[in-house]
Amino acid sequence: MSVPAGYYLILAAALFSIGAVGVLIRRSVIVMFMCVELMLNSVNLTLVTFARIQANLDGQVLAFFVIVVAAAEVVVGLALVVNLFRLRASTDADGVGALRA
Amino acid sequence: MTGLAEGAAVAAPAGSPAAWAWLMAVVPLASAAVLLLVGRRLGRAAPWVAILSAGFSLTLAVWTAVWLGAREAGERTVVHTVATWLPAGDLEVDWAVLVDPLAVAMSLLVTGVGLLIHVYSLGYMEHDRDIPRFFAYLNLFLGSMLVLVLGESLLTLFVGWELVGLCSYLLIGFWFDSRANASAAKKAFVINRVGDVGFMIAMFVLFGAIGSLSLTEVLPAAEGLAGGTLIAVGLLLFLGATGKSAQIPLYIWLPDAMAGPTPVSALIHAATMVTAGVYLVARMSPLYVQIPEIGLVVAAVGAATALVAALIAVAQSDIKRVLAYSTVSQLGYMFMAVGVGAYSAGIFHLLTHGFFKALLFLAAGSVMHAMADRGDIREMGGLLRDLPITGGTAAVGTLAIAGFPLTAGFYSKEEILAAVADTAGGEVILAIGLAVALLTAFYMARWFALVFLGPRRFEELEDPPHPHESPLSMTLPLVLLAVASLGGGLLNLDPETGLLAGWLAPSVVAFEQTAAIIGHGLLEAIAIALALVGLAAGVLLYRGGPRVVSEASTPVVRFAQDAFRVDELYRAAIVTPGHWLAVGLAWFDARGIDGLVNGAGRGTAALATAGARVQTGFVRSYALAVLIGTVLLIAALVGVWMAAADDLMLLGGWR
Amino acid sequence: MTPVLAQATEGGAAELWTFIIVGAVALGSALGLILMRNAVHAALMLVLNFLAIAVLYAVLQAQFLAVIQVIVYAGAIVVLFLFVLMLLGVSREDSLTARVPGQKTMASIVGVLLFVSLAAATAGPFLGDASVCGSEAALEGTGDGEPCLGLAAVNAAEGNLRGVGFLLFTDYVWAFEVTSVLLVIAAIGAIVLGRRREDPAELVEPGSTVLPARPGEDDAAAAPGDGAPDAGAPDAGRPDGRPDAEPSRAEGEERT
Repeated sequence: MSVPAGYYLILAAALFSIGAVGVLIRRSVIVMFMCVELMLNSVNLTLVTFARIQANLDGQVLAFFVIVVAAAEVVVGLALVVNLFRLRASTDADGVGALRA
Repeated sequence: MTGLAEGAAVAAPAGSPAAWAWLMAVVPLASAAVLLLVGRRLGRAAPWVAILSAGFSLTLAVWTAVWLGAREAGERTVVHTVATWLPAGDLEVDWAVLVDPLAVAMSLLVTGVGLLIHVYSLGYMEHDRDIPRFFAYLNLFLGSMLVLVLGESLLTLFVGWELVGLCSYLLIGFWFDSRANASAAKKAFVINRVGDVGFMIAMFVLFGAIGSLSLTEVLPAAEGLAGGTLIAVGLLLFLGATGKSAQIPLYIWLPDAMAGPTPVSALIHAATMVTAGVYLVARMSPLYVQIPEIGLVVAAVGAATALVAALIAVAQSDIKRVLAYSTVSQLGYMFMAVGVGAYSAGIFHLLTHGFFKALLFLAAGSVMHAMADRGDIREMGGLLRDLPITGGTAAVGTLAIAGFPLTAGFYSKEEILAAVADTAGGEVILAIGLAVALLTAFYMARWFALVFLGPRRFEELEDPPHPHESPLSMTLPLVLLAVASLGGGLLNLDPETGLLAGWLAPSVVAFEQTAAIIGHGLLEAIAIALALVGLAAGVLLYRGGPRVVSEASTPVVRFAQDAFRVDELYRAAIVTPGHWLAVGLAWFDARGIDGLVNGAGRGTAALATAGARVQTGFVRSYALAVLIGTVLLIAALVGVWMAAADDLMLLGGWR
Repeated sequence: MTPVLAQATEGGAAELWTFIIVGAVALGSALGLILMRNAVHAALMLVLNFLAIAVLYAVLQAQFLAVIQVIVYAGAIVVLFLFVLMLLGVSREDSLTARVPGQKTMASIVGVLLFVSLAAATAGPFLGDASVCGSEAALEGTGDGEPCLGLAAVNAAEGNLRGVGFLLFTDYVWAFEVTSVLLVIAAIGAIVLGRRREDPAELVEPGSTVLPARPGEDDAAAAPGDGAPDAGAPDAGRPDGRPDAEPSRAEGEERT
């Protein structure tokens, strides 16, 4: 009785989908951002799982890079959120309607 | 038969003036650009910039002529390529100059008369507020004309051709705040365009037949062309020439072009630009000699134009219009010459006409200057006392154009008549030529008598002007041009052995006698007699003023005063039907074509309005759409993998 | 890594139970993240999720990443999130209702479809006996499914940390250096964006229709129908394109 690698992949797919749904249903830009982080993590999980399947460490190195890029992204993204808040006194994504035709 | 034989052209030796001849055109063009950009800041220095650049061109032209004259007669056709302009497949056009005797003769005329008129304008335009613009246009014209004359390819010639047309437009409409001037400029431009179409089609045909537009390649190859091609090209080029050189049927713009400042009339509409058509025919002489019947058409058109214009000139009362119709008439003379194949005679008359017609126009300008811009010769008279220099030089010009013995016009006109008399089928043309000689002497004498002789009618006017002689800047060019008009005959005292005929021999085809209608001595006597009769009649009839012959009384005279109502004829025959055609087409355009376009536009707009509803502006809606797309893509990929059945491609790739 | 974790990782029932418990925590915390109305609670759920994933990394023989996950994600990133949440004072309940009707339903349906297709695309071949990592079936190539080779041998040779480090500074050194540049750029970008301006409207290009809502103006007031004209109206009165920022607000910004 043991765990096939596919289980981890299913879990990662589930987390990814939950994160995607979160981006779609939350109105707060910050929470949407958190959901994006969740999606990135699920991808990392997939990478690490495949590293194990392939028996080499490249997948882990890639996951490491993803973490670094995510950190950079969070820094810039949160700075944008702060500016958006200064501008609109709200972090509601639906309040920004400049894309409306 | 000579004239640009195959391989006759040699490259310009480095350092020789021929290698720098392109600067002749470029320096005035650059000066024009400078004047247009910063002319107002230059203030009083602006005209001097223009005059200096014109002087530079003249110096270079003289140097080139001297250099060319020192060369062997067989090596006087020099080509210098400055840059490649259009490398388009088979068509390769260079910015190249063709320095040969014809081009040098023309550039000497253009720069010489051009410089004199620059100087004259210094005095004439003194009180105008737009002096820099005027001199910029003059420089632009000078440069463009030199591009036309020196261009090695038909296309560069055409560039100059169009540029001088543009300058003509700009200068006729120089005082564009008057509606008449603006519409005269427009008329000149539009009518020239008609001729230009002919020129362009001729170029297309030539390129199609020969595969080159370079004169050094086209002219030697002209001999091998098929008869039909030759006739088409000859007629089309002549159509272009009739536009630029104001011949029937396209001459009607030139009299109206007198709306421009007088120096412009002298430079562009008498001495240089309007002779470009004659130059073109002479330049293409190897082509025209093969189609003498077309040449006869050219001569006939020239003769008809000369006659019609001379008849109209007799009845005109505007000081410049008389000269304008006289120009049209003299241009007709030149076409008679080049039509019968006497190219050097045509160019000779072109040069002498450049001198005396520029002189007459400048004299007219000087008179108008003195008369406070009045131009009606019926209100003048007796001005010789007030304007001795102007009047004296105008007398020289009148004698020259009338063909008074020993003046420049006498020799050049004589040469043309002699050539016509030696051409088979030239009887009618010769008769017309002689009639025009008589008419020319008559209307020029009338002009001179009404302006300078007889009672001082202007003193009876309200607010009479106080005529005074013009400043030195205006009289000096008059005197120099008068000298040229008197002595210009020295250029070519004899049609065969004269200086100019020998000089032009490498460039144009020599005249060939095909008949002997009348003896040259007798012809000369007749011409002299006609000139004297015409001059005497004109002076005697009009010395007392215009009342001697009660003008405007007979319908014939009135008809001539209205320039034979050709403008009205064209309006009824061409302009009005064209107008209605345009109205119809405009209706079709608005309803039919625009309907289609607008319909397409409206349809798109409706579609966009419908599509825009999807654009809610909420980021999350867009994200949802992206995600849906992603899911579809993934599902499609999975579907493909499943279809690939047992062996999964993706995993196979991994191994 | 600790002997306990090392024992728990390679196959056996221990891995199954670890996976079940930690996976449940990860799923639960992820659902909590998207369903919690309070943003601070959501952030805490995110921490929990990251920690669960860290455990899974350890199980998956990525000990180095497990530690990095805890330090960088749980330690730094989520703290940054919480810091911003506190700074902006967004503690009020976040509405889960969307402006666009049907957004939530559609999102859920699409989410489920996404899950199904993703799972089918990635996990499908790895569910058989051979896919149990490091098992005999995997190593010998018998049994169902694609084999999972396992990292035990690789990690035993020189250790996970040494292995990752070696790769990082050999094969991936170029990417590594580029990443360092990226981090510098991100830091500079954050500083530039975070600079306090006199007027927040400077952030917006003049003439833009994206104009700041005034504080206190309820976002619900700007319904989809009148968003643009409403935003454009104050612009018309001011040639410089700046909004009519009330003085009181500007001062309030100053003090914040």
